[in-house]
Amino acid sequence: MTISMVNPSGNLREQMPFLTKMERVIVSMQDPDVGMKMRNQRLLITVIPHAMTGSDIVSWLTQKYAITEEEALHIGNFLVKYGYIYPLKEPRNLCLKQDESPYRFQTPYYWTSTRWPASEMDYAIYLAKKNIRKQGELIDYEKECYNVLHKRINHTWDFVVMQAREQLRASKQRRKADRLVLEYQEQAYWLVNRPPPGAMEVLEWGPERGSIANPRVQLVTGHCFFLNNACVCECSFVKYCEQYQDHDPIMQGCLPSNPWITDDIMYWNMNSETAVMPTKLRVERWSFSFMKLLNDPLGQKEFLIYLEKEFSAENLLFWQACEDVQHGETSRIADKVDEVYKQYLAPGASNWVNIDSKTMESTLEGIHQPNRFVLYDAQRHIYFLMKKDSYPRYLKSEQYKNLLEKAIVPQETKKSVFPFMRRQRHSSPSPALLTQAGDDDGKALSSSVRLDL
Amino acid sequence: MKRKCSCKRHIFCLGLFCFIYILFFKMLCGPGERYLPRKMAAQEVQPSETIAKLKLESETLKTKLEEERAKLHDVELHQVAEKVEPLGQFVMKTRRTLKGHGNKVLCMDWCKDKRRIVSSSQDGKVIVWDAFTTNKEHAVTMPCTWVMACAYAPSGCAVACGGLDNKCSVYPLSLDKNENLAAKKKSVAMHTNYLSACSFTNSDMQILTSSGDGTCALWDVESGQLLQSFHGHAADVLCLDLAPSETGNTFVSGGCDKKANVWDMRTGQCIQSFETHESDINSVRYYPSGDAFASGSDDATCRLYDLRADREVAIYSKESIIFGASSVDFSLSGRLLFGGYNDYTINVWDVLKGTRVAILFGHENRVSTLRVSPDGTAFCSGSWDHTLRVWA
Repeated sequence: MTISMVNPSGNLREQMPFLTKMERVIVSMQDPDVGMKMRNQRLLITVIPHAMTGSDIVSWLTQKYAITEEEALHIGNFLVKYGYIYPLKEPRNLCLKQDESPYRFQTPYYWTSTRWPASEMDYAIYLAKKNIRKQGELIDYEKECYNVLHKRINHTWDFVVMQAREQLRASKQRRKADRLVLEYQEQAYWLVNRPPPGAMEVLEWGPERGSIANPRVQLVTGHCFFLNNACVCECSFVKYCEQYQDHDPIMQGCLPSNPWITDDIMYWNMNSETAVMPTKLRVERWSFSFMKLLNDPLGQKEFLIYLEKEFSAENLLFWQACEDVQHGETSRIADKVDEVYKQYLAPGASNWVNIDSKTMESTLEGIHQPNRFVLYDAQRHIYFLMKKDSYPRYLKSEQYKNLLEKAIVPQETKKSVFPFMRRQRHSSPSPALLTQAGDDDGKALSSSVRLDL
Repeated sequence: MKRKCSCKRHIFCLGLFCFIYILFFKMLCGPGERYLPRKMAAQEVQPSETIAKLKLESETLKTKLEEERAKLHDVELHQVAEKVEPLGQFVMKTRRTLKGHGNKVLCMDWCKDKRRIVSSSQDGKVIVWDAFTTNKEHAVTMPCTWVMACAYAPSGCAVACGGLDNKCSVYPLSLDKNENLAAKKKSVAMHTNYLSACSFTNSDMQILTSSGDGTCALWDVESGQLLQSFHGHAADVLCLDLAPSETGNTFVSGGCDKKANVWDMRTGQCIQSFETHESDINSVRYYPSGDAFASGSDDATCRLYDLRADREVAIYSKESIIFGASSVDFSLSGRLLFGGYNDYTINVWDVLKGTRVAILFGHENRVSTLRVSPDGTAFCSGSWDHTLRVWA
């Protein structure tokens, strides 16, 4: 056994919690009471103790975690790939086979988390041992690594060869079974830490994540001084899920059909922003919350028509203008705020909005130094005004009810006569194209959603 | 299910909370301070021997607060959802496989048109696809590797991406096939460590970024100016998500300090913080109503945090799930939570009942990114096996 034990700067177990979890599985697999049944395995003439078959591993995992065989095989495969279990037949192929192939547990000395990162010195000694044993007949990639290492740590090469010889001498004095086991263990370790070209590098983690130990004591303010009863909040999730269940295409499907499944894009055409007549589900969603109505451009349009009849359209227009200020270009903020003031806030303005005096005062003051959020309070006031007042009345109005009645309920797409034939998948115009070309004519936009391009 | 509102408990808790706050503040300012503002901004204490003492005090206060919380007889979500009908047999298949990246796919985002996506990979390639036809429409090669963040602009006319270059750049999508997209690149964000996530806000004009330098930041695209920065994480910030709420000015971020923080975009302050995960938080995503968010972590669990109750209300985990969750997203109704894991699988959870509904195999390396399409008809997963898959 080699002496050097490398201790990386970070604690690997802490960084890689999945290794700890895997080790927990391994330990419970070796539990004398509920662990795996192990047997002796005959390899040619040697008998290796404490071996188990691939199918035993899979059935133990299936039973212990109440999962399917497919999942158990998947997990078992990882145990082998990360070197916690190694195969005795075809030892260079680290994968789990669900048959009578024998496997053994790796000794904790060689666990991935114990000895990481693998040291170059150890690898050199291992290759040197192999080289001596096989009298120079190493596998290609191992030969390459050997030569590279020889060049790199040439100054300590004598030590490497000496160590290799010493270890080989010591192992010759062991029983054949023990010697084989140690060889397998060491080989499995190196297959994981120095995978052959083409094999998956299981120990690749991605870019390093540091932990900048922040010495500052940060105070987190809690704006919510009220700790609401969680039960009330949780009931709201149940309600929300129930309300939207029919609208969830993945859960309930969608009419006429899910484009990804049938290759038919009718669903998207019917629900596009420029559709003339909306679907029933879409109109229904407007009644779920005020935000849902405003998020749908068609809903906004309908709502505006209603507000015009009620002579309170300026509220929605003001809200839209504020959104534009908040989310538009910084360079145009001053101009936009000025426009908003002239149209909506100035005394005698054409579209004067009714804001409470306090908010109006602070807004008018803030306008002298226009920034993105100067209209925020006023916008919020108008938003909640619409939400409490106009929005419920809109939902009860004839306009909305009529639309809901007339709204389309699509027919389910008839299944094709030849189900194995795939529909042609039509491309659609890129949004970039639409925005660049369609600035002139709104009508051109709606008709340009052609199926053939 | 009716529950009596124990007002007395609420008032007591409120009182205790206020008391704790005042006590805390007094500790900081010393006995001479008279004026106690109700809100405190993130304060810095001068580095001295009192830091250790203050940390100890804050831990004690936190435990006291947790005890009070527990007394509110709060229940877990799955208990409340006992009467809800369980979900039936669940079948989802790969409907499209997008091949074209020559290396690990790290991030993807949907376009608002519900069929286009942008994806980025380890070798610096950013590709825009029409996922429906599987055609590639645009491709850009970034000057850096490990492009861990990419986002589609709401208008569909640009994409933003970044990674080990510590920057976030915006590329307008040109329709001229001959034009070199890289020529029109606009450098917007500058961090001092890798860019882990980026997202446009409600328009093309602002981008929110998170970085390995422990901060999040809001940028103006036009000028590249920093509008607001968000400090509070003690380690790399790995993910963020914007709230769909009415007032629409908050977002949540998750980091290597195991914390998920909710921020006010206007003031830059951290409004709420949740720390129940046992390892790095790789992904955060709001519940569709905006009242909660889910997180996926290296500790192999996903959790649901309720913003109004200010606590974790569900854990989605299984003993057989060993590897961390890299990305999570909700279905349209919020009933299903999809989690992409580092063991190459996608687990589908029943959000209300806390049980796993299905496990999806298909990818041949870890799933690094997962997003549900804007209209909820499908979701797309990207993986280190160089492919993206659309499932429905």
